[in-house]
Amino acid sequence: MKSEPLIRWDWITRNWDNGSPSAISTLLESHLLMAFVPVLLGLLVALPLGLACARWPRLYQPTAGLVNVMYALPSLVLFSIFLSVTGLTPATVIIPLTFFTLAVLIPAVVDGLASVPDHVRQSAVAMGFRPLRRLLQVELPVAVPVVLAGTRVATVSSISLVSVGALIGQGGLGELFMDGWQRQFYTPIIVGIALIVLLAVLADGLLVLAQRLLTPWSRAWRDAR
Amino acid sequence: MSWLIDFFGNAANWSGPYGIPVRLLEHLEFSGVAFLIAALIAVPLGMLTGHTGRGALIVVVSANAARALPTLGLLVLVVLLAGVGTAAPVLIPLIVLAVPPILVNTHEGIRGVDPDLRDAAYGMGLRGRQVLFRALVPVALPLILLGLRLAAIQVVSTATIAAFVGLGGLGRFIIDGIATKTYADVIGGAVLVAALALAVQLGFTLLQRVTVSPGVRNLR
Amino acid sequence: MTTTRRRRRDQNDGTKSLIIFDGVTKRYQDGTVAVDDLSMEVPGGAITVLVGPSGCGKTTSLRMINRMVDATSGRILLGGRDVREIDPATLRRGIGYVIQHAGLFPHRRIVDNVATVPYLLGWNRKKARARAMELIELVGLDPKLATRYPFQLSGGQQQRVGVARALAADPPVLLMDEPFSAVDPVVRTGLQDELLRLQSELRKTIVFVTHDIDEAIKLGDTVAVLHTGGRLAQMAGPATLLSEPVDGFVREFLGRDRGIRRLSFISAKDVRLDPAPADLAVGGDDRPIGLRVDGRLVPYGTFDPESDSMRAALDAALLSPDGTAVAVDGDGRVLGVATREALDAVLRKYAGGLPDQRAPADQRAPADQRAPAGEGSPA
Repeated sequence: MKSEPLIRWDWITRNWDNGSPSAISTLLESHLLMAFVPVLLGLLVALPLGLACARWPRLYQPTAGLVNVMYALPSLVLFSIFLSVTGLTPATVIIPLTFFTLAVLIPAVVDGLASVPDHVRQSAVAMGFRPLRRLLQVELPVAVPVVLAGTRVATVSSISLVSVGALIGQGGLGELFMDGWQRQFYTPIIVGIALIVLLAVLADGLLVLAQRLLTPWSRAWRDAR
Repeated sequence: MSWLIDFFGNAANWSGPYGIPVRLLEHLEFSGVAFLIAALIAVPLGMLTGHTGRGALIVVVSANAARALPTLGLLVLVVLLAGVGTAAPVLIPLIVLAVPPILVNTHEGIRGVDPDLRDAAYGMGLRGRQVLFRALVPVALPLILLGLRLAAIQVVSTATIAAFVGLGGLGRFIIDGIATKTYADVIGGAVLVAALALAVQLGFTLLQRVTVSPGVRNLR
Repeated sequence: MTTTRRRRRDQNDGTKSLIIFDGVTKRYQDGTVAVDDLSMEVPGGAITVLVGPSGCGKTTSLRMINRMVDATSGRILLGGRDVREIDPATLRRGIGYVIQHAGLFPHRRIVDNVATVPYLLGWNRKKARARAMELIELVGLDPKLATRYPFQLSGGQQQRVGVARALAADPPVLLMDEPFSAVDPVVRTGLQDELLRLQSELRKTIVFVTHDIDEAIKLGDTVAVLHTGGRLAQMAGPATLLSEPVDGFVREFLGRDRGIRRLSFISAKDVRLDPAPADLAVGGDDRPIGLRVDGRLVPYGTFDPESDSMRAALDAALLSPDGTAVAVDGDGRVLGVATREALDAVLRKYAGGLPDQRAPADQRAPADQRAPAGEGSPA
């Protein structure tokens, strides 16, 4: 134990794709699934809900309160509660994480729509845009940067939080932490941390790229300043 | 529902070294110490970077890093490296994860104060420190408190997970319950932690009411 | 508000230069020059306006006085002392400072905002607050607003608080950086009038920055026009400036209607008045009601020869159906009428050039501030 190196590279090559359910590549796959599905679900729910909150401001207060409560709940708490409902399936991780992403994304959508300058909205009305068209062609595009900023936060958090699921037996790369802990073995732990951070950085980078492609005007505007 | 009755109705759960009161106190103790240390590090640092404008990059990077770093992995690694058995090593990841939210929000809060206000404060003859504490901090207080709240919740949450590496506290009910498949303990522990997190949330809301000037609260 | 320079004190009441710019240059690290070798003397007890297009260094010049910006070279003397020798915070506590958006502390009530500098100077709370209340009333605010927070006040009210705050410790010098630019024109006019009223009581040395030449002409005892690139183009009294711009830049910056605007500086008191004609209907209190034309009453224009300028008199004449302006006294009672011929007689006297009112008519501006030959005013 004393001479145990921090990383044994041969362990990585042996366990990367050895066909067992605990192979790193298998864990990576399930990690990706459990991390990205909540973000997608979250976006699907947060967009209409955020729109509704922006449209009817009275909805926002209770929604914001609920969202704050969800955000305050530790992930392990929600995992434990859903464990009794959905058992040892990815759903036990995916459903609570969807709540987390909602807690980030709903305010992002509302703030994004609120970031549309009033004169832009007014001139769209004045030019004869009907509400739906105005929403799709004017308000949503202008709101994209704020929504994407929220999506970045939600994605990175989601990728990291999945690993907590290991405590209830569904943790993707988090399983490596359990393995390392039980065997007092650093390599899987470090590999797990490194892969999760790498995934987070990659996903974040892709979202930044997406924002640049989706909203070329925002960059041009910033450069012009 | 019956699990909740099983857990909270069980008299054995309310006394002794493994009872709810002791676990709650343990949880509060670890969380409190970690939170205090994190606040003592991050609030002054955030004020410094926000006031001087230096080190903004470090602040942003630390925020992103804290979000991306897996809590459980960090806990397991630090405790393995430092040696199992004592509580002190467990505090390290708790503090490390609590610093960034305070740092970022304090920094942004101070930085985001209307430049006209800053200008007027200097123009009237306030010195650097007076500008910070008499003009910038009161205006940035809502954001500073937000950072402290996020950090406090983060600490409570991480302390729960830390039960896995041997820390006491409410997390023990969950971790031990999962190990022994005693779902009453798992759910009961989860409800206790949730209640604690919400109490922290509520506490900060009240604190904000008391400490933030009405002139700032209604700014937006 | 009439535009006669009623408030103008004569130039000889002991005013001396309080702030002296001596070859001041501000060059930023990227090489841009904000202020280029500026030398000027700011008279004490008067309003000096720095005006010019954006990028002319007017704000930088102002901010160098209280060391919000430090000059790269040259000296600024305040009451004979180089400001660089004075600790910035101490210096600033002795200089009132008003900025565009007031910059009030949002977390403090109005009264405590006004008392900021007295608190800094260590006054006790009671004295500081009493002084603040005094100033709140002085700047024309309802004392009830004292316990409000800034967000509960309108922009114009906030700006008044800004002025009160700057005056709180009774500093001899007041620096005002585009203080009225962010409010609407009606409120702005009110704030300008209020400032002139305050100044007639307080006689502070005020340095006022604006990009609005009309504001400069209205407020300034002396107007310094700065050129893009931070050079002083001309410094003169407003009337001299209007009649004798030194170059094309100043002339263009002054804009159109220079001739008409100059009339603001000629008192209407020399206009010959004729007895009111029979068709001017006068009420029981001697106030005019209207002019009878074809059996109905038509509105008329009036001016007060004591306080109004020729611009107001001419305006009144143009508003009346027969081209004569009705002269009234301070209470609105008819004194007589000024015919077009009578107005023209005064105008003829001043056509071509016009001294600042405070200087006797024969003391023209120094030759170096006069328009070069061939560039005489087109009026």
